[in-house]
Parts: sequence; C-alpha cells; structure tokens
Amino acid sequence: MTGVLPIALEESRKVVQALLLSGKEYVCLMKLHGEATEERVKKVLKEFEDTLYQRPPVRASVKRRLRTRKMYHIDFLEMDGRNVLFKVGCEAGTYVRKLCFDVGEVVGCGAHMQELRRTRAGSFAENSDIVTLHDVAYWFMEWQEQKDDEILRKFIQPMEKALALVPKIYIRDSAVDAICHGASLTAPGVLSIEIGINSGLMIAVFTLKGEAVALAKAAASTEEILEMEHGFVAETERVLMPRGTYRKRWRSGGP
Amino acid sequence: MPRTVAPWEIERELLVKAEDKTNPRYGYKPEERSAEDYMKYGVINLDKPAGPTSHEVAAWVKRILKLQRVGHGGTLEA
Repeated sequence: MTGVLPIALEESRKVVQALLLSGKEYVCLMKLHGEATEERVKKVLKEFEDTLYQRPPVRASVKRRLRTRKMYHIDFLEMDGRNVLFKVGCEAGTYVRKLCFDVGEVVGCGAHMQELRRTRAGSFAENSDIVTLHDVAYWFMEWQEQKDDEILRKFIQPMEKALALVPKIYIRDSAVDAICHGASLTAPGVLSIEIGINSGLMIAVFTLKGEAVALAKAAASTEEILEMEHGFVAETERVLMPRGTYRKRWRSGGP
Repeated sequence: MPRTVAPWEIERELLVKAEDKTNPRYGYKPEERSAEDYMKYGVINLDKPAGPTSHEVAAWVKRILKLQRVGHGGTLEA
C-alpha cells in the first residue's frame, strides 16, 4: 500500500485527530476471479456509490460491529482482462479490501484487492507538495548545510494545512490566550465564522493571522453564533497554540 | 439517494460577525514561523513507499529529522 501518509511532527501531532476523521481517496487495482464484461463491472461499481454496510475484518483494530460508511464517488478508470482499476472517495474507516470483495460477489465471479494507493487523506492530496522519504532526507541535509529556511518549506507544511477542511471560527487577539488555557470560546471573541457549523461539530479556532489556536466542539450553529451577543460558542477540546503566544487579556474569577 | 459530496469538494463561505485588527507583536503567520517552530508545528505530506508499515515510515522520518516525536494521519496498511 502506497500513497498519501501525512506525518505530523512534534506539537502538530495534535491535529492528527482531524486527519483520522477526514475522508480518503484511493486508486485501487481489483482482481476479478472470473470473466465479466466492462459494462457489468462499471454498473456494479456505480451501485456501490452509496452508503455501505461493512463489518471490520477479523484482523482489525476496532470493534467488529456492522457499521456504515459513505462512498463519495467510485470512478471506473480502466480494465484489462481480470484487472480493474478504479478510484474511490470514501469516508474515514472504509475498508477498500471489503469493498472489492463485495463488488466481486455482486459481479458474480468474486474479486479481491490487488493493490491500493491512497491519493488523498483529508486536505493532503497527491499533488505538488507530496514528498518521498528520499526527498525528506535530501532537503533536510540541504537545510542543515545552507540554513536557508525556504528549503524547509519545500517539504514541510504548517500544521494549519491539515485543518484546511475543518470548519473554522476566526477570533480576536484578546480571546486567544484564554483559549490556550483551555477556556471555552464565547460570542464576543468571534470575528468571522464559516457556514455549515452545527452544535456538536468539530471546528478549528483560528487567529486573524491564520494560526490554529485549538480544536473545539461547536455549541451552536453558524446562524445562531452570528446572532449571539454572549454565551459559549464552542468548547475547547485540544489546544494547539502554546500559552503566552498572545497577551493575556482576561481575569480569573474572584475579587 | 443523492450522492454525498466529498468534504474536499465543499466550498465554505466565511461570514463576518465583527471587525478587528490583529497586533503584529504577537504570534506569526504560519509560513513566517522560525525554522525551529516551523518544524515543531509542521506536517509532511509523505508518499509512503510499499513495504514498510506506516509506523515504520513515521519512525524513519523521526530519525532523519532528529525529532523526539512524530505521529501519522491514518494507517495505510494491507
């Protein structure tokens, strides 16, 4: 199995949570166990472009109970004899090996997953910023010799990149340090907010400079938050920015 | 049933609730962090080779970059 595997360095490990829950995209080589026409295979693949019921395989790291996973798209790419190449965009936690097995059952001849390449994990895709282990070793050595920070940017992305698909709320400078101390976000601190936020949804709290402050759980919808004058807007779950980065502008309770 | 739109295909509009400025004395734009902080708060979009496990690949990156800890986003295994 090859492809997109985001590696989070040191402090950015806290954003991995957001990546684990985000959608994935794969190019899959499926091997049929018998003869089938291209039309038949295409038709069956389209039928699976829906909500899938899957039981995790015997060797799995999660409880083996039946669960549902959404398939965003399944695109037939090409077919050569019994080899079928297709692209699938799916929810986190989809077993593509199971998908191949099930497709094989419906086609009638049976099938298994031959090879898999991940082309996307959340906001990280197989694009210009993807690097190999060799690139990492090479650029890091170059950076150590030349001390030119532009070289670091060739193979490392800011952790904020990992949060590109997470709905965001941008806050005032004055609200930042309290969040870094674990406080919940309140309405007066909110400057702007992305559409589509609902109570219970994981959101990212950002500064106006575009820095991630924390991951939080929304306590109200976008529309409600826009109207709120006071009260909790989001409950801080994972602080990403170190305390003291912004000036303390809040007082603890008591006289 | 209508097809579910993939998260990466969704365009999210930003609605303004209040206006304010940010003080340049505090914090940094992510791309302007010092080299040390840039690495500490960085993520590598790695193309995993075939063979080693995701865990092994993460450990190699840790060793190459001489870091204390790394994590990986979603195991990519058989």
